[in-house]
Amino acid sequence: MAQETADGAAPPGQEADERIQRASFLSRLLNRPELGAAAGTIVVLVVFAIVAGDTGMYSALGIVNFVEVASLLGLLAIGVSLLMIGGEFDLSIGSMIAFAGMTIAIPAAEWGWPMWLCILLAFTVAILWGLFNGWLVIKTGLPSFIVTLAGLFMLRGLTIGLTRLLTGRTQVSGLREDAEGDWLAGILGGEVGHGFFTWMGEVGIIAQRADGEPSVSGVPMSVIWFLLLGAIATWVLLRTRLGNWIFAAGGDKQAARNVGVPVNRVKIMLFVGTAVMATLVATVQVLDVGSADTQRGLLRELEAIAAAVIGGCLLTGGYGSAIGAMLGALIFGTVQMGFFYTGVNTDWFQVFVGLMLLVAVLSNNYIRKKATEAK
Amino acid sequence: MMAEQPLLEARSVSKRFGSVIALSDINMAVRPREVHCLLGDNGAGKSTLIKTFAGVHQPTEGELRVDGAPVQFGSPREALDTGIATVFQDLALVPLMSATRNFFMGREPVIGRGPFRRFDARTAERITAQEMWKIGIDVRDPTQPVGTMSGGERQCLAIARAVYFGAKVLILDEPTSALGVSQASMVLRYVARAKAAGLGVIFITHNVHHAFPVGDSFTLLNRGRSLGTHTKDEVSRDELMDMMAGGKEMADLEAELKAAAQQETDPKAEQAETQIAEDLHQESQKVH
Repeated sequence: MAQETADGAAPPGQEADERIQRASFLSRLLNRPELGAAAGTIVVLVVFAIVAGDTGMYSALGIVNFVEVASLLGLLAIGVSLLMIGGEFDLSIGSMIAFAGMTIAIPAAEWGWPMWLCILLAFTVAILWGLFNGWLVIKTGLPSFIVTLAGLFMLRGLTIGLTRLLTGRTQVSGLREDAEGDWLAGILGGEVGHGFFTWMGEVGIIAQRADGEPSVSGVPMSVIWFLLLGAIATWVLLRTRLGNWIFAAGGDKQAARNVGVPVNRVKIMLFVGTAVMATLVATVQVLDVGSADTQRGLLRELEAIAAAVIGGCLLTGGYGSAIGAMLGALIFGTVQMGFFYTGVNTDWFQVFVGLMLLVAVLSNNYIRKKATEAK
Repeated sequence: MMAEQPLLEARSVSKRFGSVIALSDINMAVRPREVHCLLGDNGAGKSTLIKTFAGVHQPTEGELRVDGAPVQFGSPREALDTGIATVFQDLALVPLMSATRNFFMGREPVIGRGPFRRFDARTAERITAQEMWKIGIDVRDPTQPVGTMSGGERQCLAIARAVYFGAKVLILDEPTSALGVSQASMVLRYVARAKAAGLGVIFITHNVHHAFPVGDSFTLLNRGRSLGTHTKDEVSRDELMDMMAGGKEMADLEAELKAAAQQETDPKAEQAETQIAEDLHQESQKVH
């Protein structure tokens, strides 16, 4: 055997099949799920550089604006992409954003709890909600689409009902002072790099405002979390056992179970992941705006799924990437702000999103066909 | 060879599902370096028997022995842990995942410590390519999805995985039934190789032509009962064919078709064909 191997020729008992080409670097690249989203991102950035280059969209302020928009959707999309690869949906994350926001705002504003405690409470509730979703999907064996659709309504209703019951309103504001100086609020929200941006303003790399402050005062923490969690998610997916289990659970759960993959545990974990991501987004928004609203996060679950699909996730599970979902979110953010800068009516944004999604699904479908059929 | 201790043995195994008798008083054994073919038509009880070996079902009566000691498998995992590896027809492969990721699915090698503990992709790819090479398959790219591999390659991947993870007894459920000739011979070659490596193989098939070249002994099942075990020097291929439920049917069919061909000009010919179709239909009704 060793000798045969050393020859470097065809393996024992079989001639090399001349019909099969060795996989080239290019074809490997084409097999990456995020390729479409990467191409889309480049196209979108270039198009707006041409049509909106002089509108300030690509100034430091403009870039921070659209990256921040992208990061908030992207955080959701990262969680959603992992869950979709694991073969499930979570439609309740939009409602979770509102619920988590209120879980932070009401104790802080009405009962005078310290901000960090409110945030921890919100994350605890999110973990419990994720566990409940996962448990329900696995116990009932029903499609997660339906189970979490029920969750979408229940959680939204609970948010509105409880908020009105406890405060008599549907909006809780005045949280900015509560967050002031809070350690956890400082980590999850706000900005970093103020000194660096001040320096850049002074030496003229970025524009300065009339009062001498730089046009951009720092990088929003949501962008930092977006990049950090995206990197972690990608690492987990591609380089850990858990990642392999996520692909296996979504690809064929029976096959995965037969070889000892703890499919149920993996799926429940992923439901917790999406709920936690929604809560992170809620926290950032509450700290940023200083208020919580029962209508926040409306339709965000669908935008996040769209971003994940544009990023290469298959609706049937087992295939996709976190980087792709991040790029999908970046496309969203760029186009949304690009429409704003170019003065195109933002009504058209949804038309664009719909078309983009359709193109993505069609090309994903083609890729899946290619991957599952013997060549 | 026959004196050797069986790796896996069924003693008077019966299995009932409610009032349905799926298996009745089955005795069979597989020894090291033996390919034991389990033959029978659809519905003969082959699947039930191997699921009993695999730990999916527990025998209603009788017992299983591994290395001579009685065992009871509560789950497929327990059977696997004692070295009884079953490759079912679905192969437990995920088409969208790479050959490597499938090979190590659920048993991924890791390196690093604490939060940096990670899937050792390089080792995994090397071992996969190496194990596949051993069975005569050149995995051009260990990261290619299993879905792009041929049926024979997939079957071999599933078997190679079972062998690599320490199987003593390999149970192969119809490994060649969905394959073309050259693909089937790829699998059969590998079965012979596993045997040479000292494994016991239980090879389930309804195709005598696949079973005969690699088999050392043959157990025939018909309607949940064993028609006995024969070694290769005792029986011929045709005798095995005849013993299988299909043997007589095929002979009858042949005779009928011949008769029909002779009456080609006869208006009755059409009637004869209808008759055959009806017979076949009834046969399939019986099976399901």
